[in-house]
Amino acid sequence: MTCDTEGCPNEATVSETVIRGGKRVEKHLCEQCARKQGLVVQQHVPISELLSKFVVQQSGGAPKSAEKSAHCPACSLTWAQFRQNGVLGCAECYRAFESDLSPLIERAHEGGTHHVGKAPRRAGGAAAAQVVQTRLAAIRRELEQAVAAEQYERAARLRDELRKIGDAPRGGAEEN
Amino acid sequence: MGRGPGNGGAEWIRGAGRDADVVMSSRVRLARNVAGVPFPNAAKREDRRLVVDMVRAATAEARPAESTLWVDMNECPPLERSVLVERHLISKEHAKGAEPRAAVISGPEEWLSIMVNEEDHLRIQVMRSGLCLSEAFAQIDAVDDGLERRLTYSFSPRFGYLTACPTNVGTGMRVSVMLHLPALKITGEIDKVRRAAKGMNLAVRGFYGEGSDAVGDFYQLSNQTTLGKSERDLLDDFERRIVPEVIDYERHAREALMKKRRVVLEDKVQRAIGLLRHARMLGADEALQLLSHVRLGVSLGVLDGVDVTGVNQLILDTQPAHLQRVAGREMDQSERRVARATLVRERLAE
Ligand SMILES: [Zn+2]
Ligand SMILES: [Zn+2]
Repeated sequence: MTCDTEGCPNEATVSETVIRGGKRVEKHLCEQCARKQGLVVQQHVPISELLSKFVVQQSGGAPKSAEKSAHCPACSLTWAQFRQNGVLGCAECYRAFESDLSPLIERAHEGGTHHVGKAPRRAGGAAAAQVVQTRLAAIRRELEQAVAAEQYERAARLRDELRKIGDAPRGGAEEN
Repeated sequence: MGRGPGNGGAEWIRGAGRDADVVMSSRVRLARNVAGVPFPNAAKREDRRLVVDMVRAATAEARPAESTLWVDMNECPPLERSVLVERHLISKEHAKGAEPRAAVISGPEEWLSIMVNEEDHLRIQVMRSGLCLSEAFAQIDAVDDGLERRLTYSFSPRFGYLTACPTNVGTGMRVSVMLHLPALKITGEIDKVRRAAKGMNLAVRGFYGEGSDAVGDFYQLSNQTTLGKSERDLLDDFERRIVPEVIDYERHAREALMKKRRVVLEDKVQRAIGLLRHARMLGADEALQLLSHVRLGVSLGVLDGVDVTGVNQLILDTQPAHLQRVAGREMDQSERRVARATLVRERLAE
């Protein structure tokens, strides 16, 4: 199947179903056109494959020197070892490699960057509250960037998201 | 025999529950790790032993099911391990390791299993018959709560439950259904389903799980995204939108076969039952494919005297380790083919 964009000869690799006016519209685009339309290209691929692709995209050659020597202080796993096996050594690895891991995780999870959902209940709900706070902070940061870049649609979506999360814990605030 | 898994009927092969004509079973799995201990791949032997002991104590206290069986992998003979794999209670990888590894299995219906020290410290799984994801989730959520009261999990406010592989991070939850899609296979529309699933970031696997081809028209469909969506959203999306769509699609294909190509359908079903009733040697894949067509015939009412539960039970009992366990000895492939055909003949005798 070729790309939906008029005059584009490329093979379509990205498909998306959009609901418009109550109708389902399917779009098939090549990777470049998808990017131009602001669609993030995400396919699920094994983490090892994701890693090699990521490295190629990121660097166009030499890897960052920091990641070469980086290792987890708790289990001493190196970034190179992770790249080879696709598994981390311990919970601390997530902190040690956070900046390198984040984009990988985002691609593996359809753009998901922050946890939403269950949290351990034992600490009297403290973990759940922390989840919400962390996510709020991240969305606020993203919102600032969106506004600065004049991406109004994205900004509106982020504001909606903020409202949704923000409303829950401060339910009665506006009534007073 | 008598005690231990594999003697009774597993819950997921009952052939009952919602949409059981298409959905063979539903499964929810949670990945969890104990805080302060490296993940199994990087943990020292003592650490892995420690996790096994901690989980054992926590399970004994939490009593996640009416009765549970503790299986120490070191003490579990290879054939028994293979039986557990065939019953979808542990993974192939889990069966291989000799280090401190264990499994907790609920008896006698085997709806719950917990792998200890697989890729993560805990892999909790609930399996049910038919389309039953919400109920399965409610069960696993309660099991998880019970264990969490006694174990401190690795958890980060940003990434959620921390897992050895970053592809499982967040909720650590995978939901999957085993679908029986023989009509879509016959009508050649199965590739559309595969493509659509891929487009929705879902994994499609075969009957034997990771890396297996779809033998006998059984397809395991599961989510791959675990971060950024709540358990509820993931479940609802899967159970109320995605799976029903595939079910509808398969049912339409079945209807079309019944209306327009009834002879083709009956021919497949009758050939299958004929071969199964008369063959003297049957390969594993061959048996699964034939049983699939019989299952289709039973679901559509074009075949009498056989029921879905019986077919499901045969699908399980004709697998290599199950055959050898009944025989009480190891058998090579050609011996197994004979044993398989004999068992099938006896069960399906008119
Ligand atoms: Zn294009
Ligand atoms: Zn580490």
